[in-house]
Amino acid sequence: MEDLFQGYKGSALKILQKYNVRVWGHAIVNTIRGEFEGTLLPRSENDDDKHLVMKIITGYNIGIDIDTITDMQEKGFKKANYAIPEKQFPFTPGLPKVKLFGTGGTIASRLDYRTGAVIPAFSPGELYGAVPELADICNLETEKVFAVFSENMGPTQYIALALAIEKEIKKGVDGIVIGHGTDTLHHTGAALTFMIQNSPIPIILVGSQRSSDRPSSDAALNLMHAMKAAGQSDIAEVMICMFGPTSDEYGLLHKGTRVRKMHSSYRSTFRTIGDTPLAMIDKEKITPIKNDYHRRRSDKEVKIMPYFSDKVSMLYYYPHMNPDILDAMVDKGYEGIIFVGTGLGHVNKELYPAIERAHKKGVHMFMTLQTLWGYVNMFVYDTGRDMMAKGIIPAGNMLPEVAWVKLSWILGQTKDAEEVKNLMLTPINDEITKREPYNGYLILQGGVPEVENFIKHVHK
Amino acid sequence: MSQKFNPLDNFNLTKAEIGYVDLNRASQSDYDRIGFMSGLEVHQQLLTEEKLFCRCPAGKFNDNSNFDAEIIRHMRPTLSELGEYDGTALMEFKTRKTIIYKLKHETTCTYDVDDTPPFRINSQALEQAIEISLLSKLNIVGEVHITRKQYLDGSIPTGFQRTAIIGVEGEIYLKDRPIKLIQLSIEEDSCREVSDIGHIRIYKTDRLGMPLIETVTYPDFINPQEVKQGCDYIRFLNRSTGKVRTGIGAGRQDVNVSCRGGHRVEIKGVSHTKWIPKLSHNEAFRQWALLNIKVKLNNKIPNPNLWKISSQVADIAKLKLNESIENLIGENQKIVIVNLPQFKGILSHFVQDGLCFASEISQRLRVIACLNQPNMTHSEALNPRLNDAEWENISKLLNAGNDDSQILFWAQDEDIKTALETIQERCIMAFSGVPGETRKCFENGSTIFERVLPGADRMYPDTDSAPIPLESKYIENLRKKIPSDIIDRYRDLKQVGVPEDVFTYIFSKNQYPIIKQIVDELGLSARFIACFFGCTLKFIENRYKSSDNFNYKIIYDLFKYLKDNNLEKDLAKPMLIVLFQHPKMDFDSILITINFKRISKDKILDQIPFLIEKFNQEKRVDTKENQENWIMGQMRKTAFGNINLAYLKSKINKL
Repeated sequence: MEDLFQGYKGSALKILQKYNVRVWGHAIVNTIRGEFEGTLLPRSENDDDKHLVMKIITGYNIGIDIDTITDMQEKGFKKANYAIPEKQFPFTPGLPKVKLFGTGGTIASRLDYRTGAVIPAFSPGELYGAVPELADICNLETEKVFAVFSENMGPTQYIALALAIEKEIKKGVDGIVIGHGTDTLHHTGAALTFMIQNSPIPIILVGSQRSSDRPSSDAALNLMHAMKAAGQSDIAEVMICMFGPTSDEYGLLHKGTRVRKMHSSYRSTFRTIGDTPLAMIDKEKITPIKNDYHRRRSDKEVKIMPYFSDKVSMLYYYPHMNPDILDAMVDKGYEGIIFVGTGLGHVNKELYPAIERAHKKGVHMFMTLQTLWGYVNMFVYDTGRDMMAKGIIPAGNMLPEVAWVKLSWILGQTKDAEEVKNLMLTPINDEITKREPYNGYLILQGGVPEVENFIKHVHK
Repeated sequence: MSQKFNPLDNFNLTKAEIGYVDLNRASQSDYDRIGFMSGLEVHQQLLTEEKLFCRCPAGKFNDNSNFDAEIIRHMRPTLSELGEYDGTALMEFKTRKTIIYKLKHETTCTYDVDDTPPFRINSQALEQAIEISLLSKLNIVGEVHITRKQYLDGSIPTGFQRTAIIGVEGEIYLKDRPIKLIQLSIEEDSCREVSDIGHIRIYKTDRLGMPLIETVTYPDFINPQEVKQGCDYIRFLNRSTGKVRTGIGAGRQDVNVSCRGGHRVEIKGVSHTKWIPKLSHNEAFRQWALLNIKVKLNNKIPNPNLWKISSQVADIAKLKLNESIENLIGENQKIVIVNLPQFKGILSHFVQDGLCFASEISQRLRVIACLNQPNMTHSEALNPRLNDAEWENISKLLNAGNDDSQILFWAQDEDIKTALETIQERCIMAFSGVPGETRKCFENGSTIFERVLPGADRMYPDTDSAPIPLESKYIENLRKKIPSDIIDRYRDLKQVGVPEDVFTYIFSKNQYPIIKQIVDELGLSARFIACFFGCTLKFIENRYKSSDNFNYKIIYDLFKYLKDNNLEKDLAKPMLIVLFQHPKMDFDSILITINFKRISKDKILDQIPFLIEKFNQEKRVDTKENQENWIMGQMRKTAFGNINLAYLKSKINKL
């Protein structure tokens, strides 16, 4: 049955029932603050039960305090139909065939009254209605694998995606695009890199930092870039495609294992860490930055390794950390722990007994860095050597999140300490690099004259 | 051969045909005849330290050339909450503009450029907006909902303005009747435009995000003077709180105008209320003219659906144009000639002072197809760029009929398609009368097309902000703080005989409270003090320069000083001249500066017998009046400020 009072509860619901006014009803409300007229809107379920929400004739929304209401009358009823105009996505001979997987997130969204937030909307027709330029780039097919917010993506979803992608590769698509919320885009990027090996085609993860329900959204341009990269580039890797600068100018293709979300809200939030991105992309062209990547192939061969253990955790170190935290993890049955240490990869001595205990229990422990940039080096100081002796293995310049994903993926396959160590330290796609180029670490400091000069003349 | 068509004659003829009357000659009956209707949207910046949704400083401005960084955005239309696309949005999308923002570190943060979600609304601004809403007799909402209002012109980097209703259904007053208010909203101000040339529009972000309120009236004004009066009232009301910004750009209004059978047209950004009468007058008559065009076209052309322009990209060599026009055509531009079937007499039809219907097309070509003006000429130009032979050649190329007219425009290849669509679209609109538009205004009273008029479809709830409840107790506390009504103040001043010509100055500077304080606390005449502000102070402000920020409160101190020291109020004017220029100078020093010497009343009066004697000695023409004038003349300098001069005169008379 249809919910006549969408989102209203408690006292607010009682008032609506008393006066017989429904959501989407056009009502006149008399209050001790005067008269209000408009359409009753659904209320977000997290908001209080002390107010009604109305859209007045000028299009604005207002709230009415229910304690001020003296009378209400419903004068009419008109339900809004919030739908992105659907148009048949046209087929153009000669254009590459791209498959778009939907997982949720802000790449194509519509309003959700339940939470007041935006929810994903998704179909080729809707996408074409919103971004008609896509039809000039590729022939598109879409499939909604699941609809979850980025933070709810996890092992089940990684595996489902890997298997769905395998099917498409076998069918012979020219490229894959995955629409994804941005918060954990890089976790998924790493997971798919490990699960889908030797792919003949590009696999592009894309999201948006501003939801597509706003005119300045980066969604449309990101989608165009992603489709172009999937359909036309010869880089057959798992990549993340997001804005380069905050300006609407070009996107960057990042390796799924070397990328990280670095700002909570900036458009240009994704950065390749400790290396340069693979390529720049704009509406006209794809400009490679690196040359040593896996090339596109015409075969349909791919190796899918859909494994994942949920017995791996991370431990972000802080000074004077109490060892009982580590003990608790071990007692709870965690089999793998990624340490995120300070400096070159350090934790305090108080943790040593707990580390020894974990090692004895067979817990696989690896060291990564809070600094994000640079290599773990546990030989420089005694503490480092001590820790290695106690069973912590340095993970090179692997990013902490990537190390967590990789260890989870490995422990899904084997528990053998030597094999785990080998797999961890043998890079599949640059999660550990042999060398760090000097332009792999560039954090410009505002205020410095040459940087100010740079941002004045180059669109950041 | 048909009689030669003269565009200028046609222009004047159609102007007469619609019964156009100049503003200064128009009477209420003229406005009743065309069904003049107008309403206002008055914008007022609030006086806060910080912006509305971020913590950047408000009210710091920079030159166009002064910036630290630039970013680029493109805007795309999105759906409204009710699932509709807005017409303006689609038009803006057609223009394919690249928007560049010039940023300054001091006034711009990541919120301004839409890289960070909004922070909590500025509570100082919210409180001010509620106070002004109470003063405007509005029904205050129970919960403030931040709404996004789409603007695809790029004036806000997000593509929408965050705005929220504070109250609905209020009232302001004209001298003789009330005018209803629709609503008052609080909103963030937009960027200031630096330039808009071709496909690139540049903005600066210093003003962006400053708190603003918008008061919207019902369209109840029935003549242009009333619109100005209503606007003044709202501005005075806003200023009466002392919590709004003043100065250039701090108050701006949009004037909505229509005539009977016309359509609401919004004249944007009128910065002076004195411009309102002419602008609204001209707009009502422009619409009246467009309705005349509608009738003419429908009489000539029974089925507008079949009406279509024809066009061709012309071979410049074949056209054999004169040099003056060739110079206007830019590099990489092509010349396109267009035939408008049966449009003879329409292009040169009067629409505004000196502007004919063709101007409506040219303006849309500028905005929608991004063709900088001059972008076209036509066969009925009031100041022809091409001669008859040239037009004859063009109509031959187009196979034009005798009753057709032609347009010639120049554009780059990629803009031609949009330009032709724009011409077709505007001409088709002429069959149904007045298109809903927002228009940009000029000081001379003319307006040009700016955008398609947006509707309620551009509203969308701001999913980044939670609603803000307004409790009754909080509102009642604010109600206690609000000043008295402007209409009551108007009546007060009128009652004590203050001349009306000083009202505007007093209300626009919000001097009523200080006048009232001086009158109430120092027991001075209201008429005298109001005139002292409205005439003396106004004169001094215009004539002299204040070195420091001059605060009106100091005038209270001045009169209090005179009273406490038993000095005459005549001294106020010469003292104020000095005080205005040096507000920090103490009153004793000012008296020295103006060469004032203190003498007791008795001492002054004591001189009278002596002076009478002297007058008699000198054997002047011995009338009472002469004696009085001579003695006053002798005594004025010492008496001024020490004794009431009228009293002194009466004393002389008595002896």
